[in-house]
Amino acid sequence: MNRATQWVHAWLLLLPAAALLALFTHYPAVANLWHSFFSTPKGARPAVFVGLDNYRNLVEDPIFWKAFTNNLWYALGTIPTSIVLAVAMAVWVNDRLPGRGFLRLAFFTPTVLPMIAVANIWLFFFTPEYGLLEQFTGALGFSSHNWLGSKETALPALMVVTIWKEAGFFMIFYLAALQSMSPHLAEAASIEGASRWYFFRRVTLPLLMPTTLFVLVNAVINAFRLVDHIVVMTRGGPDSATTLLLYYVYEIGFRFWDSAYAAALTMVLLVILALVALVQFFFLDRKVHYQ
Amino acid sequence: MSAAAHVYEPRGAGRAVETLAAWTLGLLWVLPLLYAVWTAFHAAEFSTRFVPTAPLTLENFAKAWNAAPFARYFLNTVILVTMVLAAQLVLVTLAAYAFARYRFPGENVLFALVLVQLMIMPDVLIVENYRTMTALGIKDTILAIGLPYMASAFGIFLLRQTFKTVPRELDEAARVEGCSSLQTLWKVYVPLARPTYLAFALVSVSYHWNNFLWPLIITESVESRPVTVGLQVFASTDQGIDWSIITAATLLTTGPLLVAFLLFQRQFVQSFMRAGIK
Repeated sequence: MNRATQWVHAWLLLLPAAALLALFTHYPAVANLWHSFFSTPKGARPAVFVGLDNYRNLVEDPIFWKAFTNNLWYALGTIPTSIVLAVAMAVWVNDRLPGRGFLRLAFFTPTVLPMIAVANIWLFFFTPEYGLLEQFTGALGFSSHNWLGSKETALPALMVVTIWKEAGFFMIFYLAALQSMSPHLAEAASIEGASRWYFFRRVTLPLLMPTTLFVLVNAVINAFRLVDHIVVMTRGGPDSATTLLLYYVYEIGFRFWDSAYAAALTMVLLVILALVALVQFFFLDRKVHYQ
Repeated sequence: MSAAAHVYEPRGAGRAVETLAAWTLGLLWVLPLLYAVWTAFHAAEFSTRFVPTAPLTLENFAKAWNAAPFARYFLNTVILVTMVLAAQLVLVTLAAYAFARYRFPGENVLFALVLVQLMIMPDVLIVENYRTMTALGIKDTILAIGLPYMASAFGIFLLRQTFKTVPRELDEAARVEGCSSLQTLWKVYVPLARPTYLAFALVSVSYHWNNFLWPLIITESVESRPVTVGLQVFASTDQGIDWSIITAATLLTTGPLLVAFLLFQRQFVQSFMRAGIK
């Protein structure tokens, strides 16, 4: 086969996937930027070029800033906890404690369930007076509290759901990493007299670094990508206390049908995701591989 | 399992403490699910009263099943998941083969463009993709739900890594016997990549069975809604009056996936592990 034919073959093999990727990933990303400089067409009035007007609105929109800070707090509140729990889960499942089959099942099951279904279950869990949580706190003598209905506790309540759903997912990656670790390391360390905790801190954790960074990137993306539970549990309320960026895009774009402003909001999300990509590309992929 | 687990497995009092901690966490983790199961299988008056002798009932499931077209929703989800997976397997195989075994101009740029989708997923491009689907005239169809996901960067990446591990000698042997490129792909590469295909398929099926926001936006009729959206429509129109029925509906919609998961637990876990190791 000569080189030109080889090239043509390769391009033909790529064509179907490339066409779909271009149409539903690259084109929308670019078109989104373009449309964010126009107004939303209304009835007979077509979209007109408005320059940076949508972005000006965005900077002056208190709900946008609320959604932005909510999303940062949400990421900060869910990611480290999920990762710490995931490491603990993986170590325990790996350690052949009694009932590790049950443990693995318990930790991993939330991962395979749809977020939307899980959110319904948790909605009931948090229901004032009837919910399990209220039954429990009531039995301990605490007064009733509307967890999802008050500004202070609504976002933390959603974080709990996210942590519950994600920790088991991240556990899997740590479990894979633990199982691929060479047994000689542990043997050598024990001959040197290292304690379990010392071995974990000085050998296991550093070797789990690439996994942690992989998990971290995925967790950050998820924090900006997954808002199903908000649709079910709070609809962004009360008073925008649980509005995350993508949920706000959904609300503006598909409840108020302001597609131009939604495009500007989406750009913020795309910039955040692009930053994550750049950090991963320039920092993580280079510095953290031991193999 | 490696010997490493033996050397540093907790012993004595430490083992007891760690077992206790692990079990506490495990019980906390299943608690919401057990609670849902309890509520779904008992009459409404027992939904928050935990009397061990409370009579079991399937009535909540019957009521939920009759209150909304769940059969249709299930059919839609099955069609969606099958369609997406079938398209993905073909597209991903071809593209991964090109990236793994061909040298051609633009290779690196194209691969980088594919990887863009790992970061910027269709999940966040809802505004523009809605516009595209409207322009194509396929809004409110199952095809429109699946189309943005059919070229999976994740699948291309995963399979390319696997294809790269196939020994060149096998490839060359097939060519010597007169196989064309596509025949070599089919007879040598695809069979050797079976575990990767299984891993990808399980991840894909559970992802699309569970997907919600995009289907919610792009569908508006019973004929195209998947179960996730159907469940939400059902639960929100009932305004949370009867929790027993809503919980039953929730378990109903997750049932098939949950049963599949319990049956193939090992494969699921191993597949997710495999998918995570680049």
